[in-house]
Amino acid sequence: MTLALENATKTVSGEVHIGDVSLTLEPGSLNVLLGRTLAGKTTLMRLMAGLERPTEGRVLVDGQDVTGIPVQQRNVAMVYQQFINYPSMTVFDNIASPLKLSKMENSEIDKRVRETAELMHIEHLLDRLPLELSGGQQQRTAMARAMVKDSSLLLLDEPLVNLDYKLREELRDEIPRLFKDRNTIVVYATTEPMEALLLGGKTAVMHEGRLMQFGPAAEVYHNPACVQTGTIFSDPPINYVDAEAENGTLFLGSGQKIALEGHLAGLSNGKYTVGIRANHLTVAPEGAHSIAMQGQVELAEITGSETFVHVHYNDVSWVIQEEGVHDPRLGETMTFYMDPKRLYIFERGGNLVAAPNRAKMKGAA
Amino acid sequence: MNRYRWLVPTLYILFLMLPIYWLVSMSFKTTNEILGGFSLWPSEFTVESYVKILTDSTWYSGYINSIAYVALNTVISVSFALPAAYAFSRYRFLGDKHLFFWLLTNRMAPPAVFALPFLQLYSAMGLFDTHLAVALAHCLFNIPLAVWILEGFMSGVPKEIDETAYIDGYSFPKFFVKIFMPLISSGIGVTAFFCFMFSWVELLLAKTLTTVEAKPIAAIMTKTASSSGYELGLLAAAGVLTIVPGAIVIWFVRNHIAKGFAMGRV
Repeated sequence: MTLALENATKTVSGEVHIGDVSLTLEPGSLNVLLGRTLAGKTTLMRLMAGLERPTEGRVLVDGQDVTGIPVQQRNVAMVYQQFINYPSMTVFDNIASPLKLSKMENSEIDKRVRETAELMHIEHLLDRLPLELSGGQQQRTAMARAMVKDSSLLLLDEPLVNLDYKLREELRDEIPRLFKDRNTIVVYATTEPMEALLLGGKTAVMHEGRLMQFGPAAEVYHNPACVQTGTIFSDPPINYVDAEAENGTLFLGSGQKIALEGHLAGLSNGKYTVGIRANHLTVAPEGAHSIAMQGQVELAEITGSETFVHVHYNDVSWVIQEEGVHDPRLGETMTFYMDPKRLYIFERGGNLVAAPNRAKMKGAA
Repeated sequence: MNRYRWLVPTLYILFLMLPIYWLVSMSFKTTNEILGGFSLWPSEFTVESYVKILTDSTWYSGYINSIAYVALNTVISVSFALPAAYAFSRYRFLGDKHLFFWLLTNRMAPPAVFALPFLQLYSAMGLFDTHLAVALAHCLFNIPLAVWILEGFMSGVPKEIDETAYIDGYSFPKFFVKIFMPLISSGIGVTAFFCFMFSWVELLLAKTLTTVEAKPIAAIMTKTASSSGYELGLLAAAGVLTIVPGAIVIWFVRNHIAKGFAMGRV
């Protein structure tokens, strides 16, 4: 089925939770809702599922208006961030619960529950109660229950957040494979940009109840439509600096001058916000055009394979992503470079004007 | 210091148990021995008082009456409080918090205030001297209490479980009975216990609203004390038997009772 939201708005006692969202989800697609906490991801999912009614706007399934139809009569499944299972039922009964209500033959239920349990690697736990399981196993049970019926819409609301790091990686790898050959619309909410990129599919970036951008993950990543999208869909967030263009030169708020060439050519005079990703700030010059900057090291975060160095320079804070483990002394002055070819240009605090031309840059990511 | 650690709890329990011991010991004495002087334990051990209570219908009918209206009240209270508590725990509506608090204020007035209006009302309705009359009158303070306790337990169940059930296809009644009630079963048990207890010990309304047919045991006890002299042994035995049902019920909910006192919010 195709699910479409038409100008969906949800206000709760005067507060806008979802503002005028229009979105069409294709059958068999994997869609990632990316946004910070309170961005409205969960509310949007609840509107899609029919757990809540939009204050304004419509929900369409295959072109038919289903706005007022209760969730029982829609073919949906949902997995929550908290591990939600029926504590009084065994894992088997938990998974079987949606099937039992559809008056399926017992032998068929048994077969399907076992199949799904095997897929989720919990076939040996079927006789246990959910609370006797580890967090990962509980969430696998919840996912198995969501998958056992062939729902046309599957909502996963930050399903991996409460799991430890290893389990999260494991399940994240499995998810795209699990839904590969299904005709189900999968909607996956997350706060992590990396998760959206790893899962692939389409990404919808949400900010303060509004849909900022919707499109294939890589495309949205490379062409953030506005400053907010750039911040949300980048970890660490894109470095921003105010700038002004005047007669072929871009004056950065941090004091640099950049000639307007390449993808920056033709920028009209005016005020802009310039963005550059942390991994595009380098400690060694990347090319002849690289611009050198210096700043004081404020903080260094080491993730293992990378080091994020926070640098303060002329009232602007920058985050530089360096390969490998480095341990710069705090307060030390550090020289770093940026390549004008990598710059994003936004209207001051607003929409994208120019993005780096990726076709001309090999290995750009 | 450590050597005397047992002292305080022992003394505490001793003081607590002393009146109960005295009651039990009295119930096995003859009235003459009770009135005769101080004795720590029965010198002439007799079960005569118990035999009398369990064979004389004016006595044992009191227990039957009490148990009948208490059970009736417990069933009514819990079954009315369940949907009410669910609404308070899951929905927001106009004045919900005020209404919730107002429920509790029903407990603030002494039952004596309601005795007269109830008496008049039930007489007019032909309910006077029935088990139902007492059971309904006790709902006045038991339903609010039950709503408060159950609401606490229900709020401990994540709302997502309700939604998961709806998503699975459960209708509301089916979800409530098959999924939700098993989840709060200990809460229901504790609530039933409190309703039982409060109804069991309430004397004023029960006494006012009954004469013969539905007379509670506590009322019978007070009357017997004054009619044929002081039958203290008999009275003590009746007292012991009155404690028994409460003790039995408490045994079933002993593991959940603390949670119940905290209105399920522990």
